[in-house]
Amino acid sequence: KIRLSSTSFRVLLQVLWAQLLCGWVLGSELTFELPDNAKQCFYEDVIVGTKCTLEFQVVTGGHYDVDCRLEDPDGTTLYKEMKKQYDSFTFTAAKNGTFKFCFSNEFSTFTHKTVYFDFQVGDDPPLFPNENRVTALTQCESACVSIHEALKSVIDYQTHFRLREAQGRSRAEDLNTRVAFWSIGEAIILLVVSISQVVLLRSFFSDRKTTTTRVGS
Amino acid sequence: TRVRVYVALLYPRMLSRVLFVSSLYFHIGETEKKCFIEEIPDETMIIGNYRTQLYDKQREEYLPATQGLGMFVEVKDPDDKVILSRQYGSEGRFTFTSHTPGEHQICLHSNSSKFSLFAGGMLRVHLDIQVGEHANNYAEIAAKDKLSELQLRVRQLVEQVDQIQKEQNYQRYREERFRQTSESTNQRVLWWSIVQTLILVAIGIWQMRHLKSFFEAKKLV
Repeated sequence: KIRLSSTSFRVLLQVLWAQLLCGWVLGSELTFELPDNAKQCFYEDVIVGTKCTLEFQVVTGGHYDVDCRLEDPDGTTLYKEMKKQYDSFTFTAAKNGTFKFCFSNEFSTFTHKTVYFDFQVGDDPPLFPNENRVTALTQCESACVSIHEALKSVIDYQTHFRLREAQGRSRAEDLNTRVAFWSIGEAIILLVVSISQVVLLRSFFSDRKTTTTRVGS
Repeated sequence: TRVRVYVALLYPRMLSRVLFVSSLYFHIGETEKKCFIEEIPDETMIIGNYRTQLYDKQREEYLPATQGLGMFVEVKDPDDKVILSRQYGSEGRFTFTSHTPGEHQICLHSNSSKFSLFAGGMLRVHLDIQVGEHANNYAEIAAKDKLSELQLRVRQLVEQVDQIQKEQNYQRYREERFRQTSESTNQRVLWWSIVQTLILVAIGIWQMRHLKSFFEAKKLV
């Protein structure tokens, strides 16, 4: 007969639970490339009653705008915005199922864009697997919790700042290249136009005998 | 004992199953390449987990992909140098640490060479990318260093502050680059304005002189 001692079984369960939680993700943050005329959709399974937040920002490309659309499992559109640069939308899941959100760059003909999005589902998982506490947190522990929350918001601000800076830097680099090309182009055009002006004027005053062009030949 | 053998056999299988639970997914075509960008400071670890599912027409649902269908993962650093280029199975986990701050590009595409394998459908890819402090496995750290609850909380705070500090450092470096680009634009605008004015004036003078000599030769002036 196989007998598993209760302690070793409990240990096994705890270890498995810890492993489960280490892979547990309740929020996804990605920055992806969206080519021109393309649409990219993401799906996430959500349990009813969970508070979710979808936040997106266009980092580089064109006029820094994108179409965004969020649908619930039945296909009802919860959020739809066209040509938005950045936005944040919070909702509570009314149904169980797969929520779908899409970013579309179909209105753009040749600029491909980089889009950042952050889809938070519910709260962050607790640090400890068996968090059902019998006693309240000690002063130290509650201080740790509040510092942790504050640091999370600092990291959040940093992310926003980083995206804004990336956008600004992308615009500045665009401007730099455009100025370079425009300057060279204009210098060439200037030279070509002025030389052809002189050549044209000269041709007006040249001898008629040497230039015989028959119209309609 | 027999129990120990069973547990030893089951454990790796269970581990691979519960290793990855993220539910965000997207569809990828057969020859399509999907790229994700992570802008990170240096010495930051990134862990990426993915899981693929293939649409089964008979059962009309998505099932775990067959063996032999893998994903090719390629990671490029900000200087466009490839730092990771490997093929993984239908389920995989890739890790790398950045050595230069900046935009790292993570590209995924399937290694399928048989065009009929997807049966006209798409491959469903569950993806999750953990950056910096989020990549830490606190349960593992607590077990390895034998930390108490409070110690683990403080450890988490230390890791978070570490990440904030690295990001601030990187921000300073980015701001420097931004400033350099702006100053270069400023210089270019200045120089080209001067050069263009000189070209204009020079061409004007040349035109007038050339035409004057031309008309004099033609005895019109």
